[in-house]
Amino acid sequence: MSDRYSRQILFSPIGKEGQAKLKNKHVLIVGAGALGAANAEVLARAGVGRITIADRDYVEWSNLQRQQLYTEEDAKQRMPKATAAAKRLRKINSDVEISPHILDVGVQELEALITHVDLIIDAADNFDIRLMINDLAQKREIPWIYGGCVGSYGLSFSILPGLSPCLMCLMETIPIERVTCDTAGVIQPAIQMVVSYQTSEAFKILVEDDQSLRRTLVSFDLWKNHHRSIDVSSLKKQECLSCGKNRSYPNLSYKNQLKTAVLCGRDTVQIRPSHSLPINLNHLADLIGDQGIKVEQNPFLLSFAVEDVRLVIFKDGRALVHGVTDVVKAKSLYHRYLG
Amino acid sequence: MNLVVNGNDVNIPDSVQTVLALLNHFQLENKIVIVEINHSIINKSLYEETNISDGDHIEIVHFVGGG
Repeated sequence: MSDRYSRQILFSPIGKEGQAKLKNKHVLIVGAGALGAANAEVLARAGVGRITIADRDYVEWSNLQRQQLYTEEDAKQRMPKATAAAKRLRKINSDVEISPHILDVGVQELEALITHVDLIIDAADNFDIRLMINDLAQKREIPWIYGGCVGSYGLSFSILPGLSPCLMCLMETIPIERVTCDTAGVIQPAIQMVVSYQTSEAFKILVEDDQSLRRTLVSFDLWKNHHRSIDVSSLKKQECLSCGKNRSYPNLSYKNQLKTAVLCGRDTVQIRPSHSLPINLNHLADLIGDQGIKVEQNPFLLSFAVEDVRLVIFKDGRALVHGVTDVVKAKSLYHRYLG
Repeated sequence: MNLVVNGNDVNIPDSVQTVLALLNHFQLENKIVIVEINHSIINKSLYEETNISDGDHIEIVHFVGGG
């Protein structure tokens, strides 16, 4: 055994015992953008035994300013983030078992990913997924750590089933406004601050030091020099449909799930087929190429431009249609090329 | 009326008398927020009937989805 974790073991709240616990734990990170990449790096370096990371997107140039696991080469090759993250994380710590999943997390996917997971880190970029995580985490009694970030502002809260209010207790409804990193920008230090809050709570949960948990809703604005920590325990609602006595997990029901999503105000629509069907990318590339369209391809996806719009097709049949916000137009283009 | 909102001294018109009016004043009425007045959380259902007073320390936390 090298002294790889010596400084962490010297930190008495973790110690040898805590380090051994970390090694036996499995964390699911939902999203491999800025929050996901940074969370994953901290947990991998710390020696968490298993990390599963799921993401639907691929690396673009605009990610490199803050999504710390990715390189120019990843952006050039349009590598799926989950794949690029896993590659980098394995270089950082080969002891950690990394399971990357290139997929759009829906209820079904989440049900499968969540098996034998000790903790879920939320690194999603939208509340549809967060509320799914919220309800499924309640159902399976798995703690999860919310994190959100825009501009120089961020916040985090740990949802501990049976103990804390859940995200539905706090929010009651899904936010309508869609201020996102793609419309309002975001700076790396704000990401790092949210991730510091998420990962310190993650360590406490994983080494089972419950007494040290923060238990407050923490928020900050690094540019406005404002920090606060609010006790929200009074907002836990007995009648909450996600965590209350007569719970129905509304965010897991089919009608509350999106099949198409306009991504983060960046002129992109995601199309998700109702049933996942693996696509033969080589075959599809030939078909589209035969129409005189230039197709670029890597082992995970192919992309091509048509009518000022760029389509990116993943192996699981999902498509990202860049250059439109009109779902109907995006769907029609999708159906034109994928039937 | 003088308030301390999110750590800043602010002066708001005296016509703004309730939490709901304050959220409207800051154009936050459509956002998902948590409001704390003098370290007490205000339940959402009480925004309309909860009065604010000169000198109150108010924290307004809003949820963001970016990640």
